[in-house]
Amino acid sequence: MVNENLVKDVVKEPYKYGFVTDIETEKIAKGLNEDIVRLISQKKEEPKFLLDFRIKAFKKWQKMKEPDWATLGYKEIDYQDIIYYSAPKQKEKISSLDEVDPKLLETFDKLGIPLTEQKKLTNVAVDAVFDSVSIATTFREELAEHGVIFCSISEAVKNHADLIEKYLGTVVPASDNYFAALNSAVFSDGSFVYIPKGVNCPMDLSSYFRINSGDSGQFERTLIIAEESSSVSYLEGCTAPMFDTNTLHAAVVELIALDDASIKYSTVQNWYAGDEEGIGGIFNFVTKRGKCLGKRSKISWSQVETGSAITWKYPSCLLLGEESVGEFYSVALTNNLQQADTGTKMIHIGPKTKSTIVSKGISAGKSKNSYRGLVKMGRKATGSRNYSQCDSMLIGDQASANTFPYIKSQQPNSEIEHEASTCRISEDQLFYLQSRGIEFEEAVSMMVSGFCRDVFNQLPMEFAAEADKLLALKLEGSVG
Amino acid sequence: MQSKMKESDPILEVKNLSASTDNLPILKGVSLTVYPGEIHAIMGRNGCGKSTFSKIIAGHPSYEITNGDIKFLGENINSLEPEERSQSGIFLGFQYPIEIPGVSNLEFLRVSTNARRKFLNKEELDTFDFEELVKEKLEIVKMDQAFLSRSVNQGFSGGEKKRNEILQMALLEPKIAILDETDSGLDIDALRIVASGIKRISNAQTGIILITHYQRLLDEIKPNYVHVMSDGQIIKTGESDLALELEKKGYEWTDSFIKET
Repeated sequence: MVNENLVKDVVKEPYKYGFVTDIETEKIAKGLNEDIVRLISQKKEEPKFLLDFRIKAFKKWQKMKEPDWATLGYKEIDYQDIIYYSAPKQKEKISSLDEVDPKLLETFDKLGIPLTEQKKLTNVAVDAVFDSVSIATTFREELAEHGVIFCSISEAVKNHADLIEKYLGTVVPASDNYFAALNSAVFSDGSFVYIPKGVNCPMDLSSYFRINSGDSGQFERTLIIAEESSSVSYLEGCTAPMFDTNTLHAAVVELIALDDASIKYSTVQNWYAGDEEGIGGIFNFVTKRGKCLGKRSKISWSQVETGSAITWKYPSCLLLGEESVGEFYSVALTNNLQQADTGTKMIHIGPKTKSTIVSKGISAGKSKNSYRGLVKMGRKATGSRNYSQCDSMLIGDQASANTFPYIKSQQPNSEIEHEASTCRISEDQLFYLQSRGIEFEEAVSMMVSGFCRDVFNQLPMEFAAEADKLLALKLEGSVG
Repeated sequence: MQSKMKESDPILEVKNLSASTDNLPILKGVSLTVYPGEIHAIMGRNGCGKSTFSKIIAGHPSYEITNGDIKFLGENINSLEPEERSQSGIFLGFQYPIEIPGVSNLEFLRVSTNARRKFLNKEELDTFDFEELVKEKLEIVKMDQAFLSRSVNQGFSGGEKKRNEILQMALLEPKIAILDETDSGLDIDALRIVASGIKRISNAQTGIILITHYQRLLDEIKPNYVHVMSDGQIIKTGESDLALELEKKGYEWTDSFIKET
């Protein structure tokens, strides 16, 4: 139902992270070929194994085709028109935060992620990534006391090459898909986390990804390893300036949990979504996967996806260890002409494995929002269980919602449950709340948060409040 | 009928109100004045415009006022938003209370109550203070506290939904309450609870409009005036005995009034 006048009256909150930092950057030439891949590796002074990894991935990528099975429509990406490495110019070796360009610190300040010693967030360690490089990581010494390694992946390549060589590409092989292959060839920076045996990471770890440059892609790579009986909660936030061109973001995230380890990975994705006419915005093609390698290990994904013109993302779990647990809690909100095709894959390999999927899609404006998920019970997954719940909410009468659940079972002694629903915020519901003195906008956001509550409950405290606010903000003026 | 001298100003003054939805006229010149302390009943066949009348007073966006005025406490409210009307003291008890999944009844009641309190320049209540207040009001409708933790009206029985409406009315303390078929679908016990709730809330300063088909609610709450509505107009107004007569003779009896006019 339409409530046009009200909608038009509502003042739209502009995307408040849309500014550009004016900073001198080092960029390489546009385009992609083997020399570019070698150049990136050389700039990062990488060991040979990594160069080989990249070259192999690049060769695979050249033979692959961009996937077209998702319910997404966008103009063809010209991979030769993208800059694959862009870094703010700064001193060769930075030994402390004092040497970081103040403009960069100021940028992260503006984003609400202060990095300096005096102002840094007290309860969470942050790795700040600006275009292709990591700028700073806070609380490193404190974490090191517990044996926790938290640094940029470039640094990890230098200082912990053994771990990188052992685990990189073991969860998401370069040949996994087109965008994973591309990332494996050209990834620039990202975060690395290592939690040693028996350690519960003393604070939340967080990466903040900032795209600043309009013509360069962002290809970050994150690797998290939780050794036996360890645990960590990791948060990820993303923003980008408003450009009228589309910027490609193709990330790969790999998680590995050993016996009795637990990893909680939360994302609030707020990349620039393009304007009302669908001009500009980030193309977000991301491969995230966790491997529950150990017995009773647990990997939990929670995501709040509100940004990007295109979202193509399926954080998944490979449940190998006996009694391992995979979880996926997702809120995906699309507005205007945004398109999202997101969901998860729960691959039950080991016996007595358990997975839970709760997906909430909200489509407003003329957007398209699809849930796509696979639940697979392998031959040995006896006594395994899955529960899936996929709910869609439509706001207005021009948005669309789809649910594509794929279920494959090779194990008769396993249980799979799937529930799905679609609802619409009706004029009657809005009128009911309004007739009780509740403002129109608040009424909408009450209903949306009510709809998302199951997922918000899974987010770390500070994220939950932020997510709630973010949704309200994104929906302003969208009801109609 | 309302020619006798009134000591105070009217709460609600509807003058010659016409309204339509999708260019289809529903109300065709309704006038009705409610003074403090008065109880009015509106009766009439299904589709005569009773519910529409109540929705228009509350500001439903689907209806367009094509002529006439609605004055509330002396101010024209034709163009006020529904939330502004509620905050200033107009309450509509829904015939079919709406289910709002995921929104807790307690939070809904608190936000709603605070919106009204803010308008009255009263202090807004935090969760703890509000729980105290709501417990007190639950008594009026004999509801269990478990209602508070459920989603708004979701999975409520018909009677529970209606009691939830009266609970909202008790919390909002409106100047005028329009109760749209609050009695329909209730068993005798629930009807008594609802009726006694309405009686406890009404006082010399408030006005009440009961929209109903049945005498049995009016047995519990005696109206000062009864209006019969037909085809978007009030075709007859009388005192409480009109309802009894109507019950005996049926709406066919009132059809003759239309021919007269």
